[in-house]
Amino acid sequence: MATKIDEAQVRRVALLGRLELSDEEVTQFSGQLSAIVEYIEKLNELHTDGVEPLAHCLPVHNVLREDVPRPSLSNEAALANAPEREDEYFKVPKILDDNSGA
Amino acid sequence: METLKQLRDKIAAGEVKSVDAVKAIFERIDTIEPKVGAYLSLCKEQAMTQAKAVDAKIAAGESVGSLAGVPIAIKDNMCTTFGTTTCASKILENFHAPYNAHVVEKLLASDAVIIGKCNLDEFAMGSSTENSGLKQTKNPWDTTCVPGGSSGGSAAAVAAGLCSGALGSDTGGSIRQPASFCGVVGLKPTYGRVSRYGLVAYGSSLDQIGPLTQDVTDAALLLNVVAGHDERDSTSISEEKAPVQDYLAELDTPVDGLKIATVPHLNAGADASVQKAVEAALEVYKQQGAEIVEIEMPYFDYAVSAYYVIATAEASSNLARYDGVHYGHRSRDAKDYVEVYSKSRDEAFGTEVKRRIMLGTYALSSGYYDAYYLKALKVRNLIRQDFTKAFEQADCLMLPVSPTTAFKIGEKTDDPLQMYLADVYTIAVNLAGVPGISIPCGFDENNLPIGLQIISEPFSEDQLLRIARMYEKHTDWHLRKPEL
Repeated sequence: MATKIDEAQVRRVALLGRLELSDEEVTQFSGQLSAIVEYIEKLNELHTDGVEPLAHCLPVHNVLREDVPRPSLSNEAALANAPEREDEYFKVPKILDDNSGA
Repeated sequence: METLKQLRDKIAAGEVKSVDAVKAIFERIDTIEPKVGAYLSLCKEQAMTQAKAVDAKIAAGESVGSLAGVPIAIKDNMCTTFGTTTCASKILENFHAPYNAHVVEKLLASDAVIIGKCNLDEFAMGSSTENSGLKQTKNPWDTTCVPGGSSGGSAAAVAAGLCSGALGSDTGGSIRQPASFCGVVGLKPTYGRVSRYGLVAYGSSLDQIGPLTQDVTDAALLLNVVAGHDERDSTSISEEKAPVQDYLAELDTPVDGLKIATVPHLNAGADASVQKAVEAALEVYKQQGAEIVEIEMPYFDYAVSAYYVIATAEASSNLARYDGVHYGHRSRDAKDYVEVYSKSRDEAFGTEVKRRIMLGTYALSSGYYDAYYLKALKVRNLIRQDFTKAFEQADCLMLPVSPTTAFKIGEKTDDPLQMYLADVYTIAVNLAGVPGISIPCGFDENNLPIGLQIISEPFSEDQLLRIARMYEKHTDWHLRKPEL
């Protein structure tokens, strides 16, 4: 079967989706995603010119409310599940390198 | 075993203590649960506290809620401040939610006793519960078979008598298909009928919470509790637009002059045993004066394709929140910020979740958006029009729930596309946002349950449940229980 999504494409999409896949997974997904996408292309049998895209079933748009302050999660509750924290902050590795001038 | 409603009435009348009912369920869980594996966690302490509180209210002569003292299980993708909320994912294995889901608040406010949280396919992605990152649930009718999915734990818990009733969620069939495989009733309400606040998001335009129960009456009772507007979910429908009904009030009144639509070419795609059971079910309705109208739904066959674009696109966006920073698993090997993200996700997401993130990311990526995502949304509109036309000709639509009965554990795990195609009858319902119910309608030659799917217009759950009850009243499939 012709591969619709080759391994290079799998790696590109994995980067976009922030998944660091193993080589094995890349090979596996290339085959499986190709088969799935081929099936999905059944959609091209249908002429959809002039059909409105339907993102949502309900006639609900722009639900607004008054902008009134009200209680929300406390810092402590929001931080309670953090894998790493320091004081009142989520802790992550350095994002900018030392020469970035930031 | 008593139904939810029967037990509730006994408890409210003071004939049975909630504490005793809850203890009895935990004892049954001790002996049966190892064979079934329906639960990811039990909340004994919280359950006993709740049960005692209900008993105290009753002893004091106070009025109690409509679920007073009954043991209820919920799918573990609904947030609870007690215990963990894992979504059956290693990424959330130790996650303690800071708030209760809207439905959890509703259950507790009606004096229900939440006894545990049920297994599911990781993040509700799957049709067999085999994608759980934490546990394998087995079908109570044959423990070598899958319970269906993704609400497989909830369905198995109800079928095995390990709770009085349960909540599941349904994005492409995840309540109805396991209900069918396990021989219980499963209702997916109209999109917007039940608030999704605190339901961990998979496909936000498709997800809906609903009951899994022993019979139709219990489904109506549970829907009464969880339905209704909630300002924290902007897609939950307002009372003015679609008022909540009392789904029990007219439940036993048959629908006069019922017109049922069927789609012959769709039924023909199911296994012979399933086709036979669905045809026999239609006979039961005919005997009650119902008229059968054969219709075509030309776009129905495209639903699986459209769904796996739309649902995975939404999933890839929804699951971007698992970043190894705010909550959930963080890789120990991450050297920089990007690796915190990508290594944490690779280590803790299961294969199916990764596959769907990949597919959704691909469909949304530059150069493919119009060809896949936009195309799928247009086809979604055509599928919805199929339903609108069907309901111009009939009060409801009847179909199989699944082309097969429960399949063997491991049978389809190597071929994701085959697994997706098992959702062929349920998926279109989510794309159109309409309500659908699965009710037991027979057994195949291996004594595995078969479900009948009934689908009706948006926000017509009162009528849908009445139609389901018309069948149930004249049959006893729902009374059969698995031997465990």
